[in-house]
Amino acid sequence: MQIIDKIIKRFKEKEIDLIQLLHEIQNEYNYLPQDVLEYVSRTLHIPFSKIYSIATFFTAFSLTPRGKHVCTVCMGTACHVRGAPGVLSRLEERLGIKAGETTKDKQFTLESVNCLGACALAPIVVIDGEYHGQTTVNKVDKLLEKYAKEERED
Amino acid sequence: MPKKKEKIKGYRLDLLICAGTGCVSNRSFIVKEALEKEICRRGLQDEVRVIATGCQGFCERGPIVIAQPDAIFYQRVTEKDVPYLVEEHLIKGRPAKKLMYVPEKEALPIPKMSDIGFFKHQRLIVLRNRGRLDPENIEEYIAFDGYQALQKVLTSMSPEQVITEIKKSGLRGRGGAGFLTGLKWELCRSAAEHPKYIICNGDEGDPGAFMDRSVLEADPHSVIEGMLIGAYAIGAQKGFIYVRKEYPLAVKRIHIALKQAIDYGLLGNNILGTEFNFFIDVVQGAGAFVCGEETALMAAIEGRVGRPRTRPPYPVEKGLWGKPTNINNVETWANVPVIIMRGADWFSSIGTEKSKGTKIFSLVGKINNTGLVEVPMGISLREIIYDIGGGIPNNKEFKAVQTGGPSGGCIPKEHLDLPIDYESLSAVGSMMGSGGMIVMDEDTCMVDVARYFLNFTQQESCGKCVPCRLGTKQMVEILNRIVEGNGKEEDIDLLETIGKNVKLASLCGLGQTAPNPVLTTIRYFKNEYIAHIKEKRCPALVCKALISYVIDPELCTGCVACAKNCPTKAITGEPKKVYKIDQQKCIKCGICLTVCPPKFNAIKKVSPALV
Repeated sequence: MQIIDKIIKRFKEKEIDLIQLLHEIQNEYNYLPQDVLEYVSRTLHIPFSKIYSIATFFTAFSLTPRGKHVCTVCMGTACHVRGAPGVLSRLEERLGIKAGETTKDKQFTLESVNCLGACALAPIVVIDGEYHGQTTVNKVDKLLEKYAKEERED
Repeated sequence: MPKKKEKIKGYRLDLLICAGTGCVSNRSFIVKEALEKEICRRGLQDEVRVIATGCQGFCERGPIVIAQPDAIFYQRVTEKDVPYLVEEHLIKGRPAKKLMYVPEKEALPIPKMSDIGFFKHQRLIVLRNRGRLDPENIEEYIAFDGYQALQKVLTSMSPEQVITEIKKSGLRGRGGAGFLTGLKWELCRSAAEHPKYIICNGDEGDPGAFMDRSVLEADPHSVIEGMLIGAYAIGAQKGFIYVRKEYPLAVKRIHIALKQAIDYGLLGNNILGTEFNFFIDVVQGAGAFVCGEETALMAAIEGRVGRPRTRPPYPVEKGLWGKPTNINNVETWANVPVIIMRGADWFSSIGTEKSKGTKIFSLVGKINNTGLVEVPMGISLREIIYDIGGGIPNNKEFKAVQTGGPSGGCIPKEHLDLPIDYESLSAVGSMMGSGGMIVMDEDTCMVDVARYFLNFTQQESCGKCVPCRLGTKQMVEILNRIVEGNGKEEDIDLLETIGKNVKLASLCGLGQTAPNPVLTTIRYFKNEYIAHIKEKRCPALVCKALISYVIDPELCTGCVACAKNCPTKAITGEPKKVYKIDQQKCIKCGICLTVCPPKFNAIKKVSPALV
């Protein structure tokens, strides 16, 4: 809990607010673990309900562990009219999960986002921070194969 | 103020490579590295500089390299093109023709940036520094007269004079509502309580809009300078920049810019040796569209759940922690230094009677030249879409343009000559919003688009007020049944009735504008709704439940591409013979259509559905 104590200290010194605190915990753990949130609540005397309400209100936070690779599909308007729904459903089909879920082997988390603001590249898929523009159903297949291949080589 | 123009003149040539999110995604940093290596290899490192700039706007053609001083425009530059570019332009001193922009349906390349249609019709005020300076280097901003407006304000103007100047300029909020900026400042300044706060709203949530991201990435100091001037005029010592988490590059560049501004004594105590003190904090959003609404945004900055509250009291009376707070959008702030430097009269000479200056639009969707454009208010939609945007790709027909994001509406062909300003867009049922402009062609289903937006606002509704929470939910359910082929004849009237009530009764801007996409599509494209409901037909062949995929026996050559890729094995046949789709097994994923080689083009969509 040393790292958490450091983050809590920054909150106490008013360097960060509660939302930023949760951001930092999520950066650390890749999601918001319940025991950590309970610890924050106890240490800072903030009602757990308040922390829970923020953690569930904002879409950036996840209460369940996320996969090794996070795959984000942009569902902004420009992506929508250029075929993002088809791209997302192909990913859902190939990974066997719905947007917002993580594969059983914890390899992939599939997420959708409202707009990444890179509309010229529509439809966009981001995997682990790397942007892939002008995606199609075929391109998505190739991308997944690339990651699966890297996995086998590891 | 130190002038650094000499430094820029020290090199024979500058290669400006775009490092906005669009070009970075297209590997512009790798191209930059390759350019630097090649320049060194050719021994030109003392003559030629490579500078990573902010977004140039013409994202469709990225990565973009501009060779200065001649402003030669190179597009879609890849790593492989680097030796050719260096050889031709830098060594032989002639333009590298193969990398130049050739407009659709034309044969000759256009070498100069200023001659390209996309750039020619633009008027850059907010984006004045786009693509000409390194956003991570404050000295370059200063070299282009940066922070001179601040100096002018602090040394020769009273806060009241600043407010008068901004009022006189006619600048209105670029976040969408269009409130007079100078008036807002005046109200905040005259509020009795202290301390006062100012906020830069960079929670650009409208899908399809990315001008704020681009300004923050390309010219963060212009926003900081605008905020400094605003803070001085209002009497605030503390400001916040609220940026979306989805914009990592913008967040990074703001942090760099703030640090440099502090190092240069432009932020902190006794700025430029005066009594004026000002500090800025960055707050990252966490993915909630409603936080673009000012009262919700303030709640989020306070570390609370971002739900709006009723107004009045307005933030200028009771804002952050109950203190007077002035919120302006990124684009609004970036206008301020220019107005101070060039004067209110100059600014107000641009634009229409009630809407002054320029507006940035993000031109996206079914358009040839996707990108960011800054144009004077009063320009027509036709000029933006055809002269700047280069029209619709693949010879398709223009159907509508959606402005104002989920709060806006769809504007049809008959209004293409509408001069754009705040009032004219409202008059046709849409709005300025943050400036998203999504072009739709004949292949876009307007009912589906309306459902897309409603679905979006329904999910993003914070749930605090009943009309928005339940009204949008009911509207989505009705739209869902229409696109699924279960619509009833009375649904159109019902949508209009609910929509009007949600608009009237909702608490904040989200609900008050959420029905606009539905109401405008009913107003202009009622026939599409009727086709969905009465004939179970989707004229644009989009709505899954109302279409079927078929193979044209005249065109199919039996190449097996479709059958091989069909996930449900619904396509059967023998190689070299005509294939067939089993409609019972088909899940309408459309993969067959994308894999069918264009030379055969044998897969067709039909509506109504066959089964």
